[in-house]
Amino acid sequence: MNMMTGVSPWERLIRPDRVHGSLYTDPDVFEAELKNIWYRTWVYVGHESEVPNANDYVVKSIGPQSVIMTRDEQGKVNLLLNRCSHRGNQVCSFERGNARSFTCPFHSWTFANDGRLVGYAFPDGYEGQDKSQLALGRVTSVESYRGFVFGSFAAEGPTLKEHLGGAAETIDRLVRSSPEGEVEITAGFLKHRVKANWKFILENECDGYHPAFVHTSIFGVADSMIGKLYGGASTALTRDYGNGHTEIDLRPEFRKRDAPMSWFGTSEERLPDYTARMKTAYGDTAARQIMIDGTPHVMIFPNLFIAEIQMFVIQPLGVDDSVQHVTALQFKGAPDLNRRLRQQTMGSVGPAGFLLADDSEMYERCHRGVLARNPEWIFLGRGEKRQRQDELGFTVGHVTDEVPSRGIWTHYRKLMEPA
Amino acid sequence: MLSRESSATLMSAITAFLYREARLQDEHQYEAWEKLWTDDGVYWVPANGADIDPERQMSIIYDNRSRIALRVRQLMTGKHFTQTPQSNLRRLISNIELMDEQPDDGDIAVASNSLIFESSLRDDTLWAARNEYRLRHVDGELRMAGKKVILVNNDKAIYTLSFLV
Repeated sequence: MNMMTGVSPWERLIRPDRVHGSLYTDPDVFEAELKNIWYRTWVYVGHESEVPNANDYVVKSIGPQSVIMTRDEQGKVNLLLNRCSHRGNQVCSFERGNARSFTCPFHSWTFANDGRLVGYAFPDGYEGQDKSQLALGRVTSVESYRGFVFGSFAAEGPTLKEHLGGAAETIDRLVRSSPEGEVEITAGFLKHRVKANWKFILENECDGYHPAFVHTSIFGVADSMIGKLYGGASTALTRDYGNGHTEIDLRPEFRKRDAPMSWFGTSEERLPDYTARMKTAYGDTAARQIMIDGTPHVMIFPNLFIAEIQMFVIQPLGVDDSVQHVTALQFKGAPDLNRRLRQQTMGSVGPAGFLLADDSEMYERCHRGVLARNPEWIFLGRGEKRQRQDELGFTVGHVTDEVPSRGIWTHYRKLMEPA
Repeated sequence: MLSRESSATLMSAITAFLYREARLQDEHQYEAWEKLWTDDGVYWVPANGADIDPERQMSIIYDNRSRIALRVRQLMTGKHFTQTPQSNLRRLISNIELMDEQPDDGDIAVASNSLIFESSLRDDTLWAARNEYRLRHVDGELRMAGKKVILVNNDKAIYTLSFLV
C-alpha cells in the first residue's frame, strides 16, 4: 500500500481492462506469486488413478517444488515433499514406482510412504530424539474432487469445493463422458517447456480469439471443424466462474449440430461399443445429450486445464521458464474412444503438436514482446461492453471475448494484495 | 549373410541415404523429404524412454503415413508460425550401423546417432538422438518404412520441436 495515495501496487498494475507488462517479466512478481498463489491456494497435483494400488507413487510438483504423491498401505493419498528432513537431499529420484518406503541415499534415513521417519543409520547418535518430529514435509491440505487431487500449503482458507465453486460442475460434466463416471490418467505425460511466463499459458487456454489466426495452418490443411467454433458467427461462449476459473463453453455450437460425438469429429456409428455402454449407463436420452454436449474446455486456476480431449498441468519454474505437462484424458469403460483420444492428443499437443507448437511460439514471442516498455499495458478490453450474466450469475461473453483474462486478473489481484 | 563386397555396397547406399535425409531436413525441403517414405511409413519420436508402447502411451510424434503428409502440409502453408521464420539447422549423423541385413520382414534395420544444432527465435538448442530406421528397396531406391528418433532427453521437459527431426 502506498501511504501517500492509498493505492496498492497491484491496483496500479491491474486495471479492469488492462494489466501492466511487468507482471509477466518482473522476477519479484514471480517470487510474490509463489508465495501468494502457488504456496497458499489450491493447486492441482495429480490424479488418483495415477496411484491405483497400495504403495504406488508418482512424482509431481507444486511450482518448482517436487512433490511425491503416494498411496499408502491404508489406501490414503499423501502429498509429501521430496526433501529429506535431515539435510535436504531428495529422497525419491524416480518418476514413478511402488515402494513402501523411501530411503535417502545421503545418510540412509528411511521414510514410510505416509511420510513418517521410520529409521536412520547408526541410531545411537540420536539418543532421545523424537522421530515423529522429523517426518517428511507434507502439503498441508489435500483434497480430491472426482479423482483430481489438489494440494494447498494453507492450513486455513476455503475448502477445495469452495475454491472450485461453479467450475466444479465442469468436472462433473467431464466424468459423465465415461460410462462408469470416471476419468483415468494412464497414458503418460508429454512435458513441453517454454521460455515464457506461466500466465501467458494460463490466459491462452480460454482465449477464443486466437485459434482462427494462430492455428490457421492446421485448420487449413486438416479439414478441421474446430475453426468455425471460434469464428465471428459462433454462438459459443466464454465464461468467468470466479476464483480465477474460466471456460470456453462450446455447447451452444454442438447443440446446433445436434449430432452425438460431433464434438470429437466422429459419430455414434464409428464408436458403437462406446455408444452402447453410454446408453446402458445413462439411458438413451441422457446419453445422447452427453454425447452431443461433449467434454468441457475449462481452466481451473492456477494450473489445471481440461481441453476437451486432453489435460494440461501448468508448472512455473521461473519468471520466464514454464512447463506444460499434457496427457490424453481416458474415460473408464471406453476403450474405443480412449484410443482415438490418445491419437488425437499426440497429433495436436506437446512439443511437436500441430496446435501447441504454434501456441508455445506465441507464449515465447509475447514474453519477449513485453520486455519492450511502450505501451506499458496489455489491453484486455475485448467484449467488455457486451458481456452479460448467465442464468447462474456468471459473466459470459462471445467466444472471442476476453472475459476469461479479466476474470483471471480480478482473482489474481485479490490473491496478491495483502489481506 | 551378404558377401563382404555386397555388404559394403549396401552400407555405402545406406550412408548416402541417411546423409541425404539429414540434408533435406536441415534445409526444410519438406516435399523431397516426404518422398523418402514408403506408403506405409511410420515416424515415431517416443517420450519417456525408448521402449514405450506407442499404442498405449503418449509419444512426442507418432505419425502414420497420412499424418506425415499432414505434418508436411502444415509446414508448407508458410503460416506454421513456429517455423515462420524457419529454424536454422545443421545436424551430424554418425555411428551408422547395419543392425540386421535381412530381417524376416525384408526391411533393412539401420541405426545411427544424430546431433542437431537448432537456432530459432527462442534461442540456440542442441538436440541429441539415437535414430533407428527400417529401410526398404522400392523400385531400386531406398525408402524409409520406419524412423524412430529416441531423443536422449525425452524423459525431461523439452522445448518446441517443430522442425523435422
